[in-house]
Amino acid sequence: MRRIFGQAGPAQLLILSALILSFTVTLIFPLFSLLSKAFFDKSGAFAGIRNYIDYFGTPSLSVSIRNTAEVSSVTAVFSVLLGLAYAYALTRTNIRGKAFFRYTALIPIFLPTVVHALGLVYIFGRQGILTGLGVETELYGRFGVILSEIIFTFPQAFLMFAVALEVADGRLYEAADSMGVSAVKRFFGITLPDIKYTVVNAFFVCFTLAFTDFGAPKVLGGGYNVLATDIYKQIAGQFNMNMGAVVGTLLLLPAVASFAVGQIVTGRNTSTVSSKATKLSVADNRPRDAVFFVFCSAVSACFLFLIAALCMGALTEYYPYNMAPTLRHFGFNASAGGIESYFNSLEMSLLTAVFGTAFVFVYAYMLEKTRGFDMLRRYGRLLSVLPLALPGMVVGVSFIFFFNARSNPLHFIYGTVVILVLSNILHYFSVPFVTATGSLKKLDREFESVSDSMSVIRVKTFLRVSLPLSLPAVLEIFMYYFVNSMVTVSAVVFLYGAKFKIASIAITHMEEAGDISQAAAMSLLILLINAAVRIAYAITANIIERKNL
Amino acid sequence: MAFLEIRNITKRFAGQAALEDVSADIDKGEMVCVLGPSGCGKTTLLRIIAGLETADSGSVYIDGGDCTSQPPGKRNFGIVFQSYALFPNMTVSDNIMFGLHRRRGLGREEMRARVDDVLGMVDLLEHRNKYPRQLSGGQQQRAALARAIAPAPSYLLLDEPLSALDAKVRVRLRGEIRGIQRALGITAVMVTHDQEEALTMADKIIVMNNAAVVQTGTPREIYDRPATPFVANFIGFMNFYPAPEGVCAIRPERIELTGATDGCDMVAEIKGFEFKGAVTRIHGVLPRQTEICVDVASEKADALDVRASDRMYLRIPKEHLLRYPASAAI
Repeated sequence: MRRIFGQAGPAQLLILSALILSFTVTLIFPLFSLLSKAFFDKSGAFAGIRNYIDYFGTPSLSVSIRNTAEVSSVTAVFSVLLGLAYAYALTRTNIRGKAFFRYTALIPIFLPTVVHALGLVYIFGRQGILTGLGVETELYGRFGVILSEIIFTFPQAFLMFAVALEVADGRLYEAADSMGVSAVKRFFGITLPDIKYTVVNAFFVCFTLAFTDFGAPKVLGGGYNVLATDIYKQIAGQFNMNMGAVVGTLLLLPAVASFAVGQIVTGRNTSTVSSKATKLSVADNRPRDAVFFVFCSAVSACFLFLIAALCMGALTEYYPYNMAPTLRHFGFNASAGGIESYFNSLEMSLLTAVFGTAFVFVYAYMLEKTRGFDMLRRYGRLLSVLPLALPGMVVGVSFIFFFNARSNPLHFIYGTVVILVLSNILHYFSVPFVTATGSLKKLDREFESVSDSMSVIRVKTFLRVSLPLSLPAVLEIFMYYFVNSMVTVSAVVFLYGAKFKIASIAITHMEEAGDISQAAAMSLLILLINAAVRIAYAITANIIERKNL
Repeated sequence: MAFLEIRNITKRFAGQAALEDVSADIDKGEMVCVLGPSGCGKTTLLRIIAGLETADSGSVYIDGGDCTSQPPGKRNFGIVFQSYALFPNMTVSDNIMFGLHRRRGLGREEMRARVDDVLGMVDLLEHRNKYPRQLSGGQQQRAALARAIAPAPSYLLLDEPLSALDAKVRVRLRGEIRGIQRALGITAVMVTHDQEEALTMADKIIVMNNAAVVQTGTPREIYDRPATPFVANFIGFMNFYPAPEGVCAIRPERIELTGATDGCDMVAEIKGFEFKGAVTRIHGVLPRQTEICVDVASEKADALDVRASDRMYLRIPKEHLLRYPASAAI
């Protein structure tokens, strides 16, 4: 028996199989539905690539590809440059107010992308603050969408560079200084080579995010069509499921490509900092610090300005005509979802955070800390990285195709909070999984051996040892799931039911209906809860860290 | 019949042999050291005895029962790892308590008493409420030992238990571990790459190299009669020199210095001196450029009054001379 089961008992096999099976049902099956829809016509007959020929034969549709690629590449270039400079300022200079700059840079993460666009409307729109001061821009169209996507992707690029620049081998810089190397040469000779993989990764991450974002083009696109708005129009507007599926696969392609490149890049990324590395001490350099301080102030001022604009819209009677302060916009119209939608969002995000964290952590634990069933585990690992390549729109569309089919025994979850929670857990799976795995890898691999030798059951070891020791990672995953579920639009826009509207969707509808003051008010509520969760996380993590010192 | 019998164990990792047809017998109450260079398969052998790894073929018998396919929890052993693997979120006594669950109907009070018992044995009573990070390396090692012996296992496995410690602490802990093992009369298997550790602690040494057992014997047998040049060279230092019928080997401390005339077997030119404290090693070269070392007590070396490029006259006691076939690899 043991030769068959290897190291693990049948109970472990059972748990692992159950986890992997449920993952397969929510990931592979819907994806398969999407792909099959793309190759069949409306009547259900096999169409081959005819749908694609139709698609590329319709100029109004195929132009979207060019637009989307244009938006994404410009966005990625700007976000990478800005994110790099901002992260450099926070890690490699001695400017003041680093904590302040770090948190303001994260503001866009706490808001749905429709809100970034909404803020821009308040600033550059027809009655915008800057428009009133004589700044003429063509907000609706390419310019607005790109600007909004930069706001959306900047924090991602910044965070990636901040992590990469955090570690440095101080000895290399001391060696360079002793050789009298100039600052510019030092940057291009030491700093940049150290983070070159991050540059590539960050570019692809920003590119993919902008490529698949729905919120900004929804508000600011106007006649400027992109793939994400196309797929929405095809599915929710014209009920052309097959054409929607075609656009869905197109949306997938660059994500898959960048994902492949990302895998190659991280696969080669073996030049980690040596364990003998000394901490880098940043030399004093006043002119440098002054330049970076001005730069960081400008960037964070932009974000704060965005929030200020939202506040102004939400808290005044009728901007810009009647600037009397009021709270009346917080009495949301029931037609767009009302305050109910906010509570629905909280419920959905909490459920996502609780069940998502549990699933991710147990999944990572089973893959990391058990032995045997190598084939099954390899497949499990493959599943865990796939969601990284899946844009929210694709998750949403494939969920409709799969779960909305009458023949599906899981059909009953359609339109309920369950399907929203499932789609969020899946959509945001990969980052928490990496966090959980990284944390578990740091634990002594002999903890399990010791427990086994004392015939302590694995569940007890998991609950008493692995879980408590991974508490910081668990909290981080919880926060990540919560915040992202509060702001997500792309996956859930296809999945929410008439009886269960959520806040981010409600904002979209308020904006559509012209109630932009209410939309701004709702945005502030989302920002408030997300900031609160983030701060609560920071405090708790700090307490745990201090306790463990 | 031996207490622990290992029969023809073979284990491969991705085609690479970690153990090739390995057999060994370990008697009850014995302290056995498995000694070998890193990568020789000794840790894999230990993990198979523990049941943490499954052998591709072969069997393990404990106390006459076949336990080849038993999971670790059913084998009733205690284990100490090089990394200690103490649970950092529990105090020393909680670490020990963790393994004392419902063990043979022990009540809460009896479990507490047992914890005190083993903490007394390793002299950690006053540190019972500390967390592992508050202990020194040696104390952590003793806590891990206490945790391993607390459930009264029928044998003890030690995986390089002292490698992570300072030299001084290591020497002291050797004695302590050995003392506790003797006091409990528990069978113990310790894996180490440190030959001095094996020589000082073991009743029996199993020397391994390249996934196979090379020699088994008492420390004296292993040191005085190494079965192969590999064993001879791995444990202590050995001089090798060519002889008509193969290779001869002699320990440096066995060579006697004589006057030029009386009963000298070989003449070597002195190349240098290596002062090692109590002894001084004299490096020399035989004709045909074979290097040879002689250990003499340092005060004797001072009295000798020889210097580099002088000649020294060596007597090789026949009873300590070892011979190996010329084909044997060193």
